[in-house]
Amino acid sequence: MTLPLIIYRSLRQHALSTLVTASGIALASGLLMCVWMVKTQAQATFTQTTSGFDAVLGARGSKLQLVLNAIFHLEASPGNVAAADYEMVRKHPLIKTAIPIAVGDNLRGFRLVGTAPELFDVQYAPGKKFTVRAGGRIFAGDAKEAVAGSFAAQRLKLKVGDTFRPFHGLAFDPKAEHADDFVVTGILEPTNTPVDRVVWLPLRGLQTMSGHDPKAATDVSAVLLQLRTPIAGLQMDMMYNKQGNRLTFAYPVGAIVAELFGKISWFDQVLALVAYLVALVAAGSVLASIYNSMSARRRDLAILRALGAKRRTIFGAVLSEAACIGALGAVVGFAVYFVLFIGVANIIRAQTGVVLDVTAFHPVLWISPVAMVALCALGGVVPALKAYRTPVAETLAPAS
Amino acid sequence: MLAVSELKKSFLSPEGDRVEIVNVATFALAAGEQFALRGESGSGKTTFLNLIAGILAPDSGRVAIDGVEMSALNEPKRDRLRAEKLGYIFQTFNLLQGFTVLENVMLGMSFGPRGADKAHARDMLERVGLAHRLHHFPRQLSTGQQQRVAVARALANRPKLVLADEPTGNLDRKHGREALALIREVCREHQAALLLVSHDEDVLGQFEARQDFGVINRAVQEVAR
Repeated sequence: MTLPLIIYRSLRQHALSTLVTASGIALASGLLMCVWMVKTQAQATFTQTTSGFDAVLGARGSKLQLVLNAIFHLEASPGNVAAADYEMVRKHPLIKTAIPIAVGDNLRGFRLVGTAPELFDVQYAPGKKFTVRAGGRIFAGDAKEAVAGSFAAQRLKLKVGDTFRPFHGLAFDPKAEHADDFVVTGILEPTNTPVDRVVWLPLRGLQTMSGHDPKAATDVSAVLLQLRTPIAGLQMDMMYNKQGNRLTFAYPVGAIVAELFGKISWFDQVLALVAYLVALVAAGSVLASIYNSMSARRRDLAILRALGAKRRTIFGAVLSEAACIGALGAVVGFAVYFVLFIGVANIIRAQTGVVLDVTAFHPVLWISPVAMVALCALGGVVPALKAYRTPVAETLAPAS
Repeated sequence: MLAVSELKKSFLSPEGDRVEIVNVATFALAAGEQFALRGESGSGKTTFLNLIAGILAPDSGRVAIDGVEMSALNEPKRDRLRAEKLGYIFQTFNLLQGFTVLENVMLGMSFGPRGADKAHARDMLERVGLAHRLHHFPRQLSTGQQQRVAVARALANRPKLVLADEPTGNLDRKHGREALALIREVCREHQAALLLVSHDEDVLGQFEARQDFGVINRAVQEVAR
């Protein structure tokens, strides 16, 4: 009981500095774990989010913009694809499936995307198909009907049978209301993909909406493609990107999203650097707080020595105390991590529909706490050495 | 029980000179014997006790406790011997302020070979009349009660030799007498030898066996000459 008791009593005696120091450790550990987990999970999830398609065909422009617009329902469309181009790609022998989409309207901030009912026959992830909640159905291709993604339906409080009027543009403007009424025929079960944030309309319904340019009524914003073979992607790339100059063929979808993470990798490096610095400062504060308390504790340490405690027991007690502060911080760090991660995951879900899993495991979840304990123990070495060298006779009483 | 011979200790003065504090040719104490040394402040009596306890290493000479030569041991072994065979009562009690009364006594035992024994610690505190103060902290006790905790702690480990450095120095006469009686009584019960140093004639007068430290400490005699 000796060592644990000495450590426990010492931590209690210096409760305030223990709490402040452990809080710093908790913040550093939580931040580090959160940065790491969000980075790795977001990268893995985003690059795997293809909604079941291999490629996207769109107007000439950035591949990344095309993918973000057509798959993640972010950004503006780079332009339109003429009906003839859509027909051509649809009938191309290398193409297995071609699903058109049209964007440009919203329902109180949530995107309205026109498409063909066949979209919902595609597996959005291996072995996973779209399902409509009980009591609903997919819209008819030629009707003023809508199917809402689960997240959009929840936020917009939509249910089967509700009617709504779309608003023009991607940003919500109450004055830009269309005169067309759409009936909600179904709500999709959650897919944890960007599909959840969209209210889906029949392509014709969106194209022919009042106020839209009749000349562009047959154009689409992009075409989502499934290829018959992987080699087809290279042939289509040659055809559209290298030989053609009107359209962009974005393939493969996952690799293009990975490029985005490559471009913003500096951001998580900065966050990780901040976390490392916080950890370093926290370890320094462990050193400072224990070191500063050494003057007040010299007498206690000398008494323990006089009672028969070995120098190495005293050294071990101070070192263990520092490690305990680290361990306390590491444990509380998990609470910090969960709060931060859930906050970030909610923001990502709200913005992109992509869901990050708070229960997922990654080695950083044990490496970070262990590193914090080790770092704090390292911070405890200097005060432990000071304790080790405490002169018993001088400290206890002046010689007489 | 205790045998000291040719024990010397000196310190460097602020001026850089080496000043001899202790120079004792011989000193011995039998098992269970109670002995008092008279010494004024600065006479080197605390240093003498610290040398016996192994808290300080001598420049030369030997200290043997219960047949084991303390001065020949390295520091960890001296610590071990101190925890095993010695009890030390300080003038300022030197209780650990962050620990309860019971924990203070148990800590005193935990470095010894038998380890902390809660039941025995309770018994010791009951013996010194503090059974109702087990979970109090030292600051919550009177000075006399603190000294009784120090006595219980010094004797909890069943030491062969108890060193008491001005144990009543911080107590008034009445409480001083009570504390001293308690120390002597408990030492007798545990068959522990007692070596007490004090400058208080009232304390010294209660010991049949007593001596001026100046008589055995040649370093003081040198200064006097």
